[in-house]
Amino acid sequence: MEIKKAAMAGTLESSDAQVTVEPGENGIQLSIESSVIHQFGRQIKATVEETLERLEVTNAKVTVVDKGALDCTLKARVECAVYRSNGIAENIPWGGAVR
Amino acid sequence: MSHPNKKRLRRSMMFLNCQKPGLIKDPYIYRPDSIMLDLEDAVAENQKDAARYSLFHALREIDYRGVERVVRINGLDTAHWKEDIRVCVAGGADTIRIAKTESARDVHTVEEHVLAAEREFGRPEGSTLLMAALESCRGVLHALEVCESSERLIGIALSGGDYTKDLQTVITGTGVELQGARQQMIIAARAAGVQCWDTVFTNLDAMDVFEEEVRMIKMMGFDGKSLVNPRQIDVVHKIFTPSQKEIIFAEKVVREIDEKKAMGIGVFTVDGKMIDIAFYDGAKRTIDLAKASGVYEGDL
Repeated sequence: MEIKKAAMAGTLESSDAQVTVEPGENGIQLSIESSVIHQFGRQIKATVEETLERLEVTNAKVTVVDKGALDCTLKARVECAVYRSNGIAENIPWGGAVR
Repeated sequence: MSHPNKKRLRRSMMFLNCQKPGLIKDPYIYRPDSIMLDLEDAVAENQKDAARYSLFHALREIDYRGVERVVRINGLDTAHWKEDIRVCVAGGADTIRIAKTESARDVHTVEEHVLAAEREFGRPEGSTLLMAALESCRGVLHALEVCESSERLIGIALSGGDYTKDLQTVITGTGVELQGARQQMIIAARAAGVQCWDTVFTNLDAMDVFEEEVRMIKMMGFDGKSLVNPRQIDVVHKIFTPSQKEIIFAEKVVREIDEKKAMGIGVFTVDGKMIDIAFYDGAKRTIDLAKASGVYEGDL
């Protein structure tokens, strides 16, 4: 999926993550800020990258501000931001690209 | 055949806002009978989409340890309910709570879309249960037709805030404004053989008033109550779980009726109280409730 415009999902509340996606070139430029970066930085990065791959996002600037989100929350926020950047809110492929 | 979970124990049904990851990640620790993951009023209009992604992953990835997962979807007068149904079914929600139900037709509309979603996502047909929230005078007046509308329907719940608005009054704390609706709904639910739940109580500083209200709705015949805070769960469970004294008396009634029936005796006394066959079902229900609540140690 192409990132058509900048879009954001999530909040800075505890157990949440705020994810911003912006149009980009030359692959995925991922920046992560987290209070638990030393323990979970690698896992957060892997979850975000896997989610983008499932959504077939190949070029984007992605910023994650993590506030101790579970994996399922991270995925939800990335997916929401990507679909928002395409203006899509219906007929989501639940269980397909979103899983 | 009826769904095996249609009549499961539902004393406490706790609302949780799907917009808040911190709330939906581990509510099973409070041991409610059901959680109601909310896509409706608690979720801001511009966050309806975000709440669905959170819901989907929560349903798929969080082990709620036997707590029933109900999802409250947006009303049929909104643009959201169809996608809400898709995500509920795809995620594997146990039950869908239909907001602002006014007629059997509303339930049928939801049922059609649920069936389509079960086919789309390869879930067993008929596996998703429904419950209907009555939130208007029209809805309350149509309680019986709603209760009889679908094999999937587990019961009806009163939504007091919207209902009192429609009635042109307010929640007073005395319960007088809700009397008619509560009475009508419980009678309709019992006539149709489905369950019935009372509305939320939102004043968390008045736990004594809350407790009184729970005692009252228990006496009226309700199966349980919608809740807004984990602190309310234990109060409801305490009141809705039969005491040892009640259980022992119910056991005596069941045994005595069985025994006396064989001897050709119709009416007799147990602990000084006159008992006949009319007490049998009530006593059986007390024992079933004790079993479902995990407090029964007898052998009936």
